Amino acid sequence: MTDASPLLQMNGVDKQFPGVHALREVSLHVWAGECLALVGENGAGKSTLMKILSGVYPADSGRLLIDGQEVKPQNPHHAQTLGISIIYQEFNLFPNLSVEENIFIGREPNRTGFVKRRDLRVDAVALLDQLGVQLDPRSIVRNLSVAQQQMVEIAKALSLNARLVIMDEPTSALTDTEVQALFRIIRGLKEQGLGVIFITHRLEEIFSICDRITVLRDGQNAGDLDVADASPEKIVQLMVGRAVSELFTKQESAAFGEPVLSVRGVGRAATAQDAARVVLKNISFDLRAGEILGLAGLVGSGRTELARVLFGADPFDNGEILVEGKQVRIRNPSQAIEHGIALVPEDRKLQALVLLLSIRENISLPNLGELSSFGFVRRKDERALVAKYIEALRVRTPSQDQKVMNLSGGNQQKVVLAKWLSRNPRILIVDEPTRGIDVGAKAEVHELLTALAHTGVGVLMISSELPEVLRMSDRILVMREGSIAGELSRPDATQERIMELATGLGSSATAA
Amino acid sequence: MASEATAVRGSQARNDGFSAVDLLGRVAPLLFLLILVAILSYLEPGFRTERNLFNVMRQVSIIGILAVGMTFVILTAGIDLSVGSMLAFCGMACAVVARGSRSLLEGSDPGGIRVLWAALAAMGLGLLLGLFQGTLIGYLKIPAFVVTLGGLGAWRGATLLLSEGQPISSFSDDFKWWGQGFVGRVPVPVIVFLVFVLIAFIILRYSQYGRWIYALGGNQEAARLSGLNTTALVISVYGISGFCAGTAGFLLTSRLNSAEQVAGQGYELQSIAAVVIGGTSLFGGEGGVLGTFIGAMLIGVLNNGLVILNVSPYWQPIVVGSVVVLSVFIDQFAKRRRRRV
Repeated sequence: MTDASPLLQMNGVDKQFPGVHALREVSLHVWAGECLALVGENGAGKSTLMKILSGVYPADSGRLLIDGQEVKPQNPHHAQTLGISIIYQEFNLFPNLSVEENIFIGREPNRTGFVKRRDLRVDAVALLDQLGVQLDPRSIVRNLSVAQQQMVEIAKALSLNARLVIMDEPTSALTDTEVQALFRIIRGLKEQGLGVIFITHRLEEIFSICDRITVLRDGQNAGDLDVADASPEKIVQLMVGRAVSELFTKQESAAFGEPVLSVRGVGRAATAQDAARVVLKNISFDLRAGEILGLAGLVGSGRTELARVLFGADPFDNGEILVEGKQVRIRNPSQAIEHGIALVPEDRKLQALVLLLSIRENISLPNLGELSSFGFVRRKDERALVAKYIEALRVRTPSQDQKVMNLSGGNQQKVVLAKWLSRNPRILIVDEPTRGIDVGAKAEVHELLTALAHTGVGVLMISSELPEVLRMSDRILVMREGSIAGELSRPDATQERIMELATGLGSSATAA
Repeated sequence: MASEATAVRGSQARNDGFSAVDLLGRVAPLLFLLILVAILSYLEPGFRTERNLFNVMRQVSIIGILAVGMTFVILTAGIDLSVGSMLAFCGMACAVVARGSRSLLEGSDPGGIRVLWAALAAMGLGLLLGLFQGTLIGYLKIPAFVVTLGGLGAWRGATLLLSEGQPISSFSDDFKWWGQGFVGRVPVPVIVFLVFVLIAFIILRYSQYGRWIYALGGNQEAARLSGLNTTALVISVYGISGFCAGTAGFLLTSRLNSAEQVAGQGYELQSIAAVVIGGTSLFGGEGGVLGTFIGAMLIGVLNNGLVILNVSPYWQPIVVGSVVVLSVFIDQFAKRRRRRV
């Protein structure tokens, strides 16, 4: 580790998925004893890059070198033997086993199949001491806090003789004191000569723990800086600085009417037992008829949770919801639908479509009440309604009896939209409406949402794509950690401003 | 069966590939049934008589009725292991109510009212028990397998308690007519079975409720987010299954002229077999009751054929078991081919 080659080098890594060029010629390196921050917007390619490093996917081209020697991780296990350990946001622990059993799972010191419990204990204690962690090796993992579980993951990585530890948003679920404890451990790892790749959305953390920063944008290297030379503004600029965004012209606004949806002080705790951990905190806003209200923020900031609460898919603990000025009771989706609210959810295959059923059956599903007499579906009326929306949304299909399973992503999304438009909603909530669909279909969805707003529908649009948010929205709310971090009017909104609010580094406009 | 799913949901021309394998997968159970009938007719001319046909149908009618209810449950990706025990319990309850009907018949009273009460007791009890299990599954979110496994034991025990360990036998002719009688030359249980199949077919194919069942089985979360009351739907299918078990309990008591503690043992597995052979997916959302009818007939013809050919009855479960595995294999094979396109 004293010679001139870095611990890890990734050179010109390229990766394509069907329809997406996820990584283009991405390079990075990590020195022994260094903590590298890897930052970028959602979808910039961080996860893909780390999955290649940890052997989940192969790279299409490019080289991986450890100590200057080329390696090709074949699978996660192989990557571990190369000294690469990754700690995911979702831990890979066995909740019903103890700390020591988890650390040495599959590698227990044993004599002909029987675990030598004493050796197991001694080894576990030694590891935890090395990390400086106070933790009983006999504790059952299920009973530990998130921070403690993370320590177990790190101990496990050390026991595998990891030389490079990748942490994917390790602080997202930790309290401040737990974050400080984690940082102490990371410093310890650095002193022991390990390399750390630290993925985070909280830019301020970079300045307290990292040595260097690699920024990714749209699957490419956007910059590489020393922390000493960096400022939050500079990082944000590198993260979002797309020249292409200028190509999109903003859509024409409709004339706004009265508020159709008003949200007053809505809050929701993560679980009934744990009132301290909030998913949504004191959310208030108005959505007016004819308005497209963009809801920006990082993944996990509470955008989807808010949408689900407004649609009655999840319960909320406090606050009230008003539709057209009248307080309403929304405890399940069916009540929300009655009040003219529609939700196009985040994941169309898991949450919106019955893939085994036909286009016709999917579109008519929320309308069956109106389409039935004495409990029997009037097939003729059903066909007419479905035909109208297939036509209006230009769903490309030979027949309305085609199973939704066989459609492209864009056409599937149109079916979801058709299903809800056929109910003539007054409030349309769309969560990532153009995720995973091609450019042509995307433009069509954008046109459709604009046209809807012009007919007086209030549209609440969640999107992780900043150009989309900027292009479509009349007004933008930015969420961070379950609350509204700020509101931007159309003329003031820029990608930089949104990212500042979303990451909590804004020098201005942080009033919530 | 898959071919029925197509018939139910694709009355128009379909465009998603129509290869030979595909076709085979969709009509395999029907094809298998026809081949079996042809072979048996050739080997044993006695098989192809009307009398034998109705005999086969009468034998499968009880399991067939259970399988109709089971089709609803399995379409929602659920399972009901309790139907055999529930059948016995309902049959016993119906016998308790009908016990006095003999004296009524011998006297001046026609006894018909008493029989009606007995039938209603069986069906009503089945419905209630089914709804109870459905509530545990739909509302309290206890897995269906667990709840109905509990029911499998509990209702059998309840039967023993109710009867104090003794069978209840000998009923009036009015009562026995439902299990042993004929309308023209058709046995009454066969008519009941066919009526159940027909009603279930109409509900699943044409009604709003039927559409909800397929949506729920295909994607529960999407169904909920489309405004469906998924909890009530889950409860309802177990109610339907219980109602079918109650009806079957009444018919079996009538047919045997006795309510037995061991009635319906193992019927839950046979009725699940009929549904699965008929192509309804255990993952829900796919299949239908015509397939179940064919599946039940296939089991009946197999058993009957083995008897006619003088094969040891010990072979019957082995053959039926093999057919279950084979039919699911063919179905999945065809689907994989279909989806790869």
